[in-house]
Amino acid sequence: MFMRRVAIVGVGMTEFGEHWELGFRELIAQAGVRAIEDAKLQGVKIDALYGGTMAAGRLIGQEHITALIADYMGLNPIPATRVEAACASGGAALRTGYLAVASGMHDVVVVGGAEKMTDVPAGDAAVALGGAGDQEWELFMGATFPALYALIARRHMHEYGTTREMMASVAVKNHANAAKNPYAHFRKEISIEDVLGAKMISEPLTMFDCSPISDGAAAVVLMPLEKAKEHTDMPVEILASMQASDTLALHSRKSLTEMRATKVAAKRAFEMAKVAPGDIDVCEVHDCFTIAEILAIEDIGFFEKGKGGKASLDGETALNSKISINTSGGLKGCGHPVGATGVKQAVEVTWQLRGEAQNNRQVKGAEIGMTHNVGGSGATCVTHIMKRGD
Amino acid sequence: MTEGHGLALTWRKIPERYNLIGSHCDNCGENFFPIRHICPNCRRKGRMKNSRFSGKGEVYSYTMVYSPPTGFELEAPYVMAIIQLEEGAKVTAQLVDGDYSRVKIGAPVYMVFRKIQEEGKEGLIHYGFKFKLG
Repeated sequence: MFMRRVAIVGVGMTEFGEHWELGFRELIAQAGVRAIEDAKLQGVKIDALYGGTMAAGRLIGQEHITALIADYMGLNPIPATRVEAACASGGAALRTGYLAVASGMHDVVVVGGAEKMTDVPAGDAAVALGGAGDQEWELFMGATFPALYALIARRHMHEYGTTREMMASVAVKNHANAAKNPYAHFRKEISIEDVLGAKMISEPLTMFDCSPISDGAAAVVLMPLEKAKEHTDMPVEILASMQASDTLALHSRKSLTEMRATKVAAKRAFEMAKVAPGDIDVCEVHDCFTIAEILAIEDIGFFEKGKGGKASLDGETALNSKISINTSGGLKGCGHPVGATGVKQAVEVTWQLRGEAQNNRQVKGAEIGMTHNVGGSGATCVTHIMKRGD
Repeated sequence: MTEGHGLALTWRKIPERYNLIGSHCDNCGENFFPIRHICPNCRRKGRMKNSRFSGKGEVYSYTMVYSPPTGFELEAPYVMAIIQLEEGAKVTAQLVDGDYSRVKIGAPVYMVFRKIQEEGKEGLIHYGFKFKLG
Protein backbone atom coordinates (compact mmCIF):
# COMPACT_ATOMS: atom_id res chain seq x y z
CA MET A 1 0.00 0.00 0.00
CA PHE A 2 1.46 3.31 -1.07
CA MET A 3 0.82 6.10 1.41
CA ARG A 4 2.53 9.47 1.58
CA ARG A 5 3.93 10.60 4.92
CA VAL A 6 1.81 13.43 6.32
CA ALA A 7 2.78 16.35 8.56
CA ILE A 8 1.02 19.04 10.53
CA VAL A 9 2.53 22.35 9.42
CA GLY A 10 0.26 24.83 11.17
CA VAL A 11 -2.08 24.88 14.14
CA GLY A 12 -4.42 27.40 15.72
CA MET A 13 -7.35 27.59 18.08
CA THR A 14 -9.65 30.05 19.79
CA GLU A 15 -9.76 30.39 23.52
CA PHE A 16 -12.31 27.84 24.79
CA GLY A 17 -15.13 29.11 27.01
CA GLU A 18 -18.38 31.02 26.90
CA HIS A 19 -18.04 33.33 23.91
CA TRP A 20 -21.19 35.44 24.13
CA GLU A 21 -19.62 37.87 21.64
CA LEU A 22 -18.66 35.31 18.98
CA GLY A 23 -20.80 33.09 16.77
CA PHE A 24 -19.88 29.90 14.93
CA ARG A 25 -18.60 31.85 11.92
CA GLU A 26 -16.30 34.05 13.99
CA LEU A 27 -14.95 31.14 16.01
CA ILE A 28 -14.01 28.96 13.05
CA ALA A 29 -12.58 31.89 11.11
CA GLN A 30 -10.39 32.87 14.08
CA ALA A 31 -9.03 29.34 14.52
CA GLY A 32 -8.62 28.84 10.78
CA VAL A 33 -6.72 32.08 10.25
CA ARG A 34 -4.42 31.32 13.20
CA ALA A 35 -3.61 27.88 11.75
CA ILE A 36 -3.04 29.19 8.22
CA GLU A 37 -0.78 32.00 9.49
CA ASP A 38 1.10 29.50 11.65
CA ALA A 39 1.63 27.36 8.52
CA LYS A 40 2.98 30.34 6.55
CA LEU A 41 0.71 29.41 3.66
CA GLN A 42 0.90 32.75 1.81
CA GLY A 43 0.45 32.09 -1.87
CA VAL A 44 -0.18 28.39 -1.42
CA LYS A 45 -3.39 26.91 -2.73
CA ILE A 46 -5.49 25.05 -0.17
CA ASP A 47 -6.95 21.96 -1.81
CA ALA A 48 -9.65 20.76 0.58
CA LEU A 49 -11.34 21.37 3.92
CA TYR A 50 -12.69 18.84 6.41
CA GLY A 51 -14.76 20.03 9.33
CA GLY A 52 -15.73 18.22 12.52
CA THR A 53 -18.87 19.34 14.29
CA MET A 54 -21.33 17.21 16.19
CA ALA A 55 -24.58 19.06 16.55
CA ALA A 56 -24.61 22.36 14.70
CA GLY A 57 -28.12 21.59 13.50
CA ARG A 58 -29.36 21.28 17.07
CA LEU A 59 -27.21 23.99 18.63
CA ILE A 60 -27.37 26.78 16.06
CA GLY A 61 -29.97 25.44 13.61
CA GLN A 62 -27.35 25.27 10.87
CA GLU A 63 -26.55 22.19 8.81
CA HIS A 64 -24.33 22.28 5.72
CA ILE A 65 -21.76 23.59 8.12
CA THR A 66 -18.58 23.01 6.13
CA ALA A 67 -19.99 24.95 3.17
CA LEU A 68 -20.42 27.80 5.63
CA ILE A 69 -16.86 27.37 6.91
CA ALA A 70 -15.35 27.40 3.39
CA ASP A 71 -17.47 30.46 2.61
CA TYR A 72 -16.47 32.46 5.68
CA MET A 73 -12.83 31.48 5.44
CA GLY A 74 -12.82 32.71 1.85
CA LEU A 75 -11.90 29.28 0.55
CA ASN A 76 -14.56 28.78 -2.13
CA PRO A 77 -14.62 26.81 -4.41
CA ILE A 78 -12.57 24.05 -2.69
CA PRO A 79 -14.38 20.89 -1.58
CA ALA A 80 -15.58 21.16 2.02
CA THR A 81 -16.84 18.07 3.83
CA ARG A 82 -18.38 17.63 7.27
CA VAL A 83 -17.37 14.65 9.37
CA GLU A 84 -19.60 13.66 12.28
CA ALA A 85 -18.83 11.09 14.96
CA ALA A 86 -20.40 12.70 18.03
CA CYS A 87 -17.69 13.91 20.44
CA ALA A 88 -15.07 12.31 18.17
CA SER A 89 -16.08 14.45 15.18
CA GLY A 90 -12.86 16.51 15.39
CA GLY A 91 -10.61 13.45 15.52
CA ALA A 92 -12.53 11.81 12.70
CA ALA A 93 -12.20 14.98 10.59
CA LEU A 94 -8.44 15.00 11.23
CA ARG A 95 -8.23 11.37 10.18
CA THR A 96 -10.22 12.11 7.01
CA GLY A 97 -7.86 14.99 6.18
CA TYR A 98 -4.90 12.73 6.89
CA LEU A 99 -6.25 10.08 4.51
CA ALA A 100 -6.80 12.71 1.80
CA VAL A 101 -3.16 13.81 1.96
CA ALA A 102 -1.68 10.33 2.53
CA SER A 103 -3.57 8.97 -0.48
CA GLY A 104 -2.14 11.60 -2.80
CA MET A 105 -5.57 13.06 -3.58
CA HIS A 106 -4.84 16.43 -1.98
CA ASP A 107 -1.63 18.27 -1.07
CA VAL A 108 -2.75 21.01 1.28
CA VAL A 109 -5.68 20.29 3.57
CA VAL A 110 -7.20 22.35 6.37
CA VAL A 111 -9.00 20.44 9.14
CA GLY A 112 -11.25 22.40 11.43
CA GLY A 113 -13.34 21.47 14.44
CA ALA A 114 -15.88 23.74 16.07
CA GLU A 115 -18.94 23.83 18.25
CA LYS A 116 -21.01 26.82 19.33
CA MET A 117 -22.89 25.56 22.36
CA THR A 118 -23.97 28.51 24.48
CA ASP A 119 -26.55 29.98 22.10
CA VAL A 120 -29.11 27.52 23.52
CA PRO A 121 -29.98 26.88 27.19
CA ALA A 122 -27.73 24.28 28.87
CA GLY A 123 -30.63 21.80 29.04
CA ASP A 124 -31.10 21.96 25.28
CA ALA A 125 -27.36 21.50 24.75
CA ALA A 126 -27.50 18.42 26.99
CA VAL A 127 -30.37 16.99 24.94
CA ALA A 128 -28.42 17.64 21.72
CA LEU A 129 -25.39 15.84 23.19
CA GLY A 130 -27.67 12.95 24.12
CA GLY A 131 -27.73 12.17 20.41
CA ALA A 132 -24.29 10.61 20.93
CA GLY A 133 -25.97 7.75 22.79
CA ASP A 134 -28.85 5.45 21.87
CA GLN A 135 -31.89 7.75 21.77
CA GLU A 136 -34.48 4.97 21.67
CA TRP A 137 -33.06 2.71 24.38
CA GLU A 138 -30.92 4.89 26.68
CA LEU A 139 -31.97 8.54 26.51
CA PHE A 140 -35.69 7.74 26.13
CA MET A 141 -35.57 5.79 29.40
CA GLY A 142 -34.19 8.78 31.32
CA ALA A 143 -30.45 8.21 31.00
CA THR A 144 -28.18 11.23 30.54
CA PHE A 145 -24.54 11.30 29.49
CA PRO A 146 -23.37 11.81 33.09
CA ALA A 147 -25.61 8.87 34.03
CA LEU A 148 -24.02 6.60 31.42
CA TYR A 149 -20.52 7.45 32.65
CA ALA A 150 -21.73 7.08 36.25
CA LEU A 151 -22.80 3.53 35.35
CA ILE A 152 -19.28 2.93 34.03
CA ALA A 153 -17.75 4.51 37.16
CA ARG A 154 -19.85 2.38 39.53
CA ARG A 155 -18.79 -0.76 37.73
CA HIS A 156 -15.10 0.27 37.78
CA MET A 157 -15.37 0.94 41.53
CA HIS A 158 -16.99 -2.48 41.98
CA GLU A 159 -14.50 -4.44 39.89
CA TYR A 160 -11.25 -2.67 40.76
CA GLY A 161 -11.81 -0.75 43.99
CA THR A 162 -11.50 2.62 42.27
CA THR A 163 -12.54 5.40 44.66
CA ARG A 164 -14.22 8.78 44.29
CA GLU A 165 -10.94 10.38 45.43
CA MET A 166 -9.08 8.67 42.58
CA MET A 167 -11.60 10.02 40.06
CA ALA A 168 -11.49 13.47 41.67
CA SER A 169 -7.69 13.52 41.32
CA VAL A 170 -8.13 13.46 37.53
CA ALA A 171 -10.13 16.70 37.66
CA VAL A 172 -7.63 18.26 40.07
CA LYS A 173 -4.70 17.45 37.78
CA ASN A 174 -6.51 18.65 34.66
CA HIS A 175 -7.47 21.93 36.33
CA ALA A 176 -3.82 22.37 37.41
CA ASN A 177 -2.78 22.02 33.75
CA ALA A 178 -5.63 24.24 32.53
CA ALA A 179 -4.53 26.95 34.95
CA LYS A 180 -1.32 27.19 32.88
CA ASN A 181 -3.12 27.18 29.52
CA PRO A 182 -4.18 30.60 28.22
CA TYR A 183 -6.68 28.90 25.88
CA ALA A 184 -8.46 26.98 28.66
CA HIS A 185 -12.06 27.44 29.76
CA PHE A 186 -11.14 27.07 33.47
CA ARG A 187 -7.79 28.65 34.34
CA LYS A 188 -8.18 27.80 37.99
CA GLU A 189 -6.86 25.11 40.31
CA ILE A 190 -9.25 23.03 42.39
CA SER A 191 -8.84 20.51 45.23
CA ILE A 192 -10.12 16.98 45.75
CA GLU A 193 -12.48 18.40 48.38
CA ASP A 194 -13.90 20.82 45.80
CA VAL A 195 -14.71 17.90 43.49
CA LEU A 196 -16.23 15.69 46.18
CA GLY A 197 -18.23 18.55 47.66
CA ALA A 198 -19.63 19.86 44.38
CA LYS A 199 -23.24 19.41 43.39
CA MET A 200 -24.08 15.76 42.69
CA ILE A 201 -25.01 15.27 39.03
CA SER A 202 -25.31 11.52 38.70
CA GLU A 203 -23.95 9.57 41.62
CA PRO A 204 -21.00 9.04 42.04
CA LEU A 205 -20.14 11.89 39.61
CA THR A 206 -20.34 15.49 40.80
CA MET A 207 -20.32 18.65 38.71
CA PHE A 208 -16.50 18.69 38.84
CA ASP A 209 -16.25 15.14 37.47
CA CYS A 210 -17.93 16.43 34.29
CA SER A 211 -16.51 18.44 31.39
CA PRO A 212 -18.30 21.75 30.73
CA ILE A 213 -20.37 23.09 27.85
CA SER A 214 -18.00 25.37 25.91
CA ASP A 215 -17.72 27.33 22.70
CA GLY A 216 -14.57 27.06 20.64
CA ALA A 217 -12.80 26.07 17.47
CA ALA A 218 -9.45 24.59 16.47
CA ALA A 219 -7.73 24.01 13.13
CA VAL A 220 -4.66 22.34 11.68
CA VAL A 221 -3.02 22.44 8.26
CA LEU A 222 -1.76 19.17 6.75
CA MET A 223 0.73 18.57 3.96
CA PRO A 224 2.91 15.77 2.63
CA LEU A 225 5.99 15.60 4.90
CA GLU A 226 8.41 16.24 2.02
CA LYS A 227 6.63 19.46 1.14
CA ALA A 228 6.18 20.50 4.78
CA LYS A 229 9.84 21.41 5.16
CA GLU A 230 9.30 24.33 2.77
CA HIS A 231 6.95 25.86 5.34
CA THR A 232 8.34 25.02 8.73
CA ASP A 233 11.59 23.96 10.35
CA MET A 234 9.66 21.76 12.68
CA PRO A 235 6.91 19.78 10.98
CA VAL A 236 5.07 17.32 13.19
CA GLU A 237 4.63 14.04 11.40
CA ILE A 238 1.46 12.00 11.89
CA LEU A 239 2.90 8.50 12.35
CA ALA A 240 -0.46 6.83 12.79
CA SER A 241 -4.14 7.60 12.42
CA MET A 242 -6.61 4.96 13.52
CA GLN A 243 -10.28 4.63 14.33
CA ALA A 244 -12.53 1.94 15.77
CA SER A 245 -16.20 1.49 16.61
CA ASP A 246 -18.29 -0.26 19.26
CA THR A 247 -21.97 -0.66 20.13
CA LEU A 248 -23.92 2.59 20.39
CA ALA A 249 -25.60 1.59 23.65
CA LEU A 250 -23.50 0.93 26.72
CA HIS A 251 -25.72 -1.97 27.80
CA SER A 252 -24.89 -3.92 24.62
CA ARG A 253 -21.23 -4.32 25.65
CA LYS A 254 -19.71 -7.33 27.38
CA SER A 255 -17.76 -5.05 29.71
CA LEU A 256 -18.45 -1.54 31.02
CA THR A 257 -14.97 -1.07 32.43
CA GLU A 258 -13.03 -1.06 29.21
CA MET A 259 -13.65 0.64 25.89
CA ARG A 260 -13.06 -1.86 23.12
CA ALA A 261 -12.90 0.92 20.51
CA THR A 262 -10.07 2.57 22.45
CA LYS A 263 -8.17 -0.69 22.84
CA VAL A 264 -8.43 -1.48 19.13
CA ALA A 265 -7.70 2.06 17.88
CA ALA A 266 -4.72 2.39 20.25
CA LYS A 267 -3.23 -1.02 19.49
CA ARG A 268 -3.46 -0.48 15.73
CA ALA A 269 -1.99 3.01 16.05
CA PHE A 270 1.00 1.67 18.00
CA GLU A 271 1.50 -0.99 15.31
CA MET A 272 1.28 1.54 12.49
CA ALA A 273 3.65 4.00 14.22
CA LYS A 274 5.98 1.22 15.36
CA VAL A 275 6.10 2.61 18.89
CA ALA A 276 4.91 1.33 22.28
CA PRO A 277 2.87 3.05 25.02
CA GLY A 278 6.11 3.59 26.93
CA ASP A 279 7.50 5.71 24.06
CA ILE A 280 4.72 8.32 24.36
CA ASP A 281 5.88 11.51 26.10
CA VAL A 282 2.62 13.44 26.05
CA CYS A 283 -0.96 12.32 25.44
CA GLU A 284 -4.27 14.13 25.20
CA VAL A 285 -7.03 11.69 26.22
CA HIS A 286 -10.79 12.09 26.10
CA ASP A 287 -11.75 12.96 29.71
CA CYS A 288 -15.38 13.97 29.15
CA PHE A 289 -15.79 12.62 32.69
CA THR A 290 -13.04 11.82 35.18
CA ILE A 291 -13.73 8.08 34.95
CA ALA A 292 -13.23 8.33 31.16
CA GLU A 293 -9.60 9.39 31.64
CA ILE A 294 -9.02 6.43 33.97
CA LEU A 295 -10.44 4.02 31.37
CA ALA A 296 -8.42 5.72 28.61
CA ILE A 297 -5.02 5.47 30.31
CA GLU A 298 -5.70 1.79 31.03
CA ASP A 299 -7.10 0.89 27.62
CA ILE A 300 -4.34 2.70 25.70
CA GLY A 301 -1.84 0.71 27.76
CA PHE A 302 -0.13 3.32 29.92
CA PHE A 303 -1.35 1.50 33.04
CA GLU A 304 -2.62 -1.98 33.80
CA LYS A 305 -6.41 -2.47 33.82
CA GLY A 306 -7.76 -1.41 37.19
CA LYS A 307 -4.66 0.60 38.16
CA GLY A 308 -5.53 3.85 36.37
CA GLY A 309 -7.32 5.38 39.33
CA LYS A 310 -4.47 4.79 41.74
CA ALA A 311 -1.92 6.01 39.20
CA SER A 312 -3.91 9.25 38.85
CA LEU A 313 -4.15 9.75 42.60
CA ASP A 314 -0.42 9.03 42.94
CA GLY A 315 0.39 11.79 40.42
CA GLU A 316 1.79 9.50 37.73
CA THR A 317 -0.19 11.33 35.01
CA ALA A 318 0.73 14.86 36.07
CA LEU A 319 2.84 17.20 33.96
CA ASN A 320 6.39 15.84 33.60
CA SER A 321 5.67 12.71 35.65
CA LYS A 322 5.61 9.13 34.35
CA ILE A 323 3.35 10.12 31.43
CA SER A 324 2.04 13.67 30.94
CA ILE A 325 -1.71 13.28 30.32
CA ASN A 326 -3.87 16.19 29.16
CA THR A 327 -1.37 19.02 29.41
CA SER A 328 -4.02 21.30 27.84
CA GLY A 329 -6.26 20.69 30.84
CA GLY A 330 -8.21 18.07 28.93
CA LEU A 331 -11.91 18.32 28.27
CA LYS A 332 -12.45 18.96 31.97
CA GLY A 333 -10.18 21.96 32.36
CA CYS A 334 -9.63 23.28 28.83
CA GLY A 335 -13.31 22.86 27.94
CA HIS A 336 -15.26 20.69 25.52
CA PRO A 337 -16.72 22.43 22.46
CA VAL A 338 -17.58 18.99 21.17
CA GLY A 339 -16.54 19.08 17.50
CA ALA A 340 -13.44 21.14 18.31
CA THR A 341 -12.02 18.78 20.92
CA GLY A 342 -10.39 16.19 18.66
CA VAL A 343 -8.65 18.91 16.65
CA LYS A 344 -7.65 20.83 19.78
CA GLN A 345 -5.92 17.69 21.05
CA ALA A 346 -3.74 17.71 17.91
CA VAL A 347 -3.04 21.43 18.35
CA GLU A 348 -1.86 20.92 21.93
CA VAL A 349 0.30 17.91 21.07
CA THR A 350 1.84 19.85 18.16
CA TRP A 351 2.77 22.72 20.50
CA GLN A 352 4.25 20.21 22.95
CA LEU A 353 6.34 18.47 20.27
CA ARG A 354 7.61 21.78 18.93
CA GLY A 355 8.50 22.85 22.48
CA GLU A 356 6.12 25.81 22.28
CA ALA A 357 3.70 25.07 25.13
CA GLN A 358 3.32 28.25 27.12
CA ASN A 359 3.39 29.08 30.84
CA ASN A 360 5.47 26.20 32.18
CA ARG A 361 3.26 23.47 30.83
CA GLN A 362 5.91 22.19 28.40
CA VAL A 363 6.72 18.51 28.70
CA LYS A 364 10.51 18.33 28.84
CA GLY A 365 12.05 16.83 25.71
CA ALA A 366 8.71 15.70 24.28
CA GLU A 367 9.33 13.84 21.00
CA ILE A 368 6.36 11.52 20.51
CA GLY A 369 2.78 12.46 21.33
CA MET A 370 -0.64 10.90 21.05
CA THR A 371 -4.29 11.94 20.90
CA HIS A 372 -7.33 9.88 21.93
CA ASN A 373 -10.80 11.14 20.99
CA VAL A 374 -13.98 9.27 21.98
CA GLY A 375 -17.51 9.60 20.64
CA GLY A 376 -20.46 9.05 22.98
CA SER A 377 -19.93 6.41 25.64
CA GLY A 378 -17.25 4.76 23.49
CA ALA A 379 -18.96 3.85 20.20
CA THR A 380 -16.22 5.69 18.28
CA CYS A 381 -12.56 6.14 19.13
CA VAL A 382 -9.97 7.96 17.03
CA THR A 383 -6.26 7.85 17.86
CA HIS A 384 -3.31 9.69 16.37
CA ILE A 385 0.39 9.32 17.10
CA MET A 386 2.69 12.20 16.16
CA LYS A 387 6.41 12.78 16.16
CA ARG A 388 8.57 15.84 15.88
CA GLY A 389 9.75 15.60 12.30
CA ASP A 390 13.02 17.56 12.43
CA MET B 1 -37.71 16.26 26.01
CA THR B 2 -35.46 13.59 24.63
CA GLU B 3 -35.77 12.54 21.01
CA GLY B 4 -37.55 9.61 19.47
CA HIS B 5 -41.17 10.57 20.14
CA GLY B 6 -43.03 10.70 16.86
CA LEU B 7 -46.45 9.07 16.84
CA ALA B 8 -45.46 6.41 14.31
CA LEU B 9 -42.20 5.73 16.13
CA THR B 10 -44.01 5.32 19.43
CA TRP B 11 -46.52 2.92 17.86
CA ARG B 12 -43.71 0.96 16.18
CA LYS B 13 -41.79 0.53 19.43
CA ILE B 14 -44.80 -0.63 21.50
CA PRO B 15 -44.11 -4.39 21.26
CA GLU B 16 -40.50 -4.03 22.44
CA ARG B 17 -41.18 -1.34 25.05
CA TYR B 18 -44.27 -2.98 26.56
CA ASN B 19 -43.20 -6.60 26.43
CA LEU B 20 -39.40 -6.57 26.61
CA ILE B 21 -39.01 -8.28 23.27
CA GLY B 22 -35.46 -8.68 21.99
CA SER B 23 -33.70 -11.06 19.63
CA HIS B 24 -32.39 -14.59 19.95
CA CYS B 25 -29.87 -16.03 17.51
CA ASP B 26 -30.58 -19.69 16.78
CA ASN B 27 -27.05 -20.11 15.41
CA CYS B 28 -24.97 -18.94 18.42
CA GLY B 29 -27.67 -18.92 21.09
CA GLU B 30 -27.01 -15.38 22.29
CA ASN B 31 -29.83 -13.00 23.26
CA PHE B 32 -29.90 -9.29 22.45
CA PHE B 33 -31.93 -6.27 23.45
CA PRO B 34 -33.38 -4.37 21.63
CA ILE B 35 -34.29 -6.28 18.46
CA ARG B 36 -31.47 -6.42 15.95
CA HIS B 37 -31.67 -8.09 12.57
CA ILE B 38 -28.03 -9.09 12.10
CA CYS B 39 -26.27 -11.16 14.73
CA PRO B 40 -22.98 -9.41 15.61
CA ASN B 41 -21.40 -12.80 16.36
CA CYS B 42 -22.55 -14.76 13.31
CA ARG B 43 -23.52 -12.02 10.85
CA ARG B 44 -24.98 -13.67 7.73
CA LYS B 45 -24.89 -17.14 9.31
CA GLY B 46 -27.03 -15.87 12.18
CA ARG B 47 -30.66 -16.86 12.49
CA MET B 48 -32.37 -14.09 14.43
CA LYS B 49 -35.89 -14.35 15.78
CA ASN B 50 -37.85 -12.18 18.17
CA SER B 51 -37.86 -13.37 21.74
CA ARG B 52 -39.87 -12.16 24.73
CA PHE B 53 -37.72 -12.05 27.85
CA SER B 54 -38.93 -13.04 31.31
CA GLY B 55 -38.27 -9.65 32.87
CA LYS B 56 -36.20 -11.22 35.66
CA GLY B 57 -32.63 -10.17 36.16
CA GLU B 58 -30.16 -8.42 38.43
CA VAL B 59 -28.58 -4.99 38.81
CA TYR B 60 -25.39 -4.79 36.72
CA SER B 61 -24.69 -1.11 37.50
CA TYR B 62 -26.70 1.84 38.82
CA THR B 63 -26.66 5.57 39.47
CA MET B 64 -28.91 8.14 41.12
CA VAL B 65 -29.67 10.89 38.59
CA TYR B 66 -29.93 14.30 40.28
CA SER B 67 -29.67 16.38 37.13
CA PRO B 68 -32.45 15.09 34.86
CA PRO B 69 -32.95 15.69 31.16
CA THR B 70 -35.89 17.78 29.95
CA GLY B 71 -39.07 15.79 30.50
CA PHE B 72 -37.90 13.99 33.65
CA GLU B 73 -37.74 16.96 36.04
CA LEU B 74 -40.62 15.79 38.23
CA GLU B 75 -39.07 12.38 38.76
CA ALA B 76 -35.58 13.48 39.85
CA PRO B 77 -33.76 12.21 41.70
CA TYR B 78 -34.31 8.75 40.22
CA VAL B 79 -32.29 5.59 39.81
CA MET B 80 -31.04 4.54 36.36
CA ALA B 81 -29.62 1.06 36.07
CA ILE B 82 -28.25 -1.42 33.61
CA ILE B 83 -30.06 -4.68 34.26
CA GLN B 84 -28.56 -8.03 33.30
CA LEU B 85 -31.55 -10.16 32.29
CA GLU B 86 -31.55 -13.87 33.14
CA GLU B 87 -31.45 -14.55 29.39
CA GLY B 88 -28.07 -12.76 29.25
CA ALA B 89 -28.97 -9.54 27.45
CA LYS B 90 -28.63 -6.23 29.28
CA VAL B 91 -31.05 -3.26 29.22
CA THR B 92 -30.98 0.33 30.48
CA ALA B 93 -33.98 1.25 32.62
CA GLN B 94 -35.17 3.05 35.71
CA LEU B 95 -35.29 1.23 39.02
CA VAL B 96 -38.42 2.28 40.95
CA ASP B 97 -40.43 1.84 44.14
CA GLY B 98 -37.52 0.71 46.26
CA ASP B 99 -35.28 1.71 49.10
CA TYR B 100 -32.13 3.15 47.45
CA SER B 101 -29.93 1.84 50.26
CA ARG B 102 -30.87 -1.70 49.15
CA VAL B 103 -29.77 -1.13 45.54
CA LYS B 104 -26.56 -3.06 44.96
CA ILE B 105 -24.77 -4.66 42.05
CA GLY B 106 -26.16 -8.18 41.85
CA ALA B 107 -29.51 -7.36 43.55
CA PRO B 108 -32.38 -9.33 41.95
CA VAL B 109 -34.97 -7.27 40.06
CA TYR B 110 -38.10 -7.83 37.97
CA MET B 111 -39.74 -5.83 35.22
CA VAL B 112 -42.77 -3.63 35.82
CA PHE B 113 -44.89 -1.71 33.30
CA ARG B 114 -44.85 2.04 33.88
CA LYS B 115 -45.23 5.45 32.33
CA ILE B 116 -41.82 6.58 31.03
CA GLN B 117 -42.62 10.18 30.09
CA GLU B 118 -45.38 12.37 28.69
CA GLU B 119 -45.38 15.22 26.21
CA GLY B 120 -46.94 17.97 28.28
CA LYS B 121 -50.52 17.91 29.54
CA GLU B 122 -52.20 16.96 26.28
CA GLY B 123 -49.48 15.12 24.34
CA LEU B 124 -48.64 11.46 23.93
CA ILE B 125 -47.97 9.41 27.04
CA HIS B 126 -45.11 6.99 26.58
CA TYR B 127 -45.15 3.69 28.48
CA GLY B 128 -42.57 1.00 28.81
CA PHE B 129 -40.55 -1.12 31.21
CA LYS B 130 -38.94 -0.18 34.48
CA PHE B 131 -37.60 -2.54 37.13
CA LYS B 132 -38.21 -3.15 40.84
CA LEU B 133 -36.06 -4.79 43.46
CA GLY B 134 -37.49 -8.25 43.96
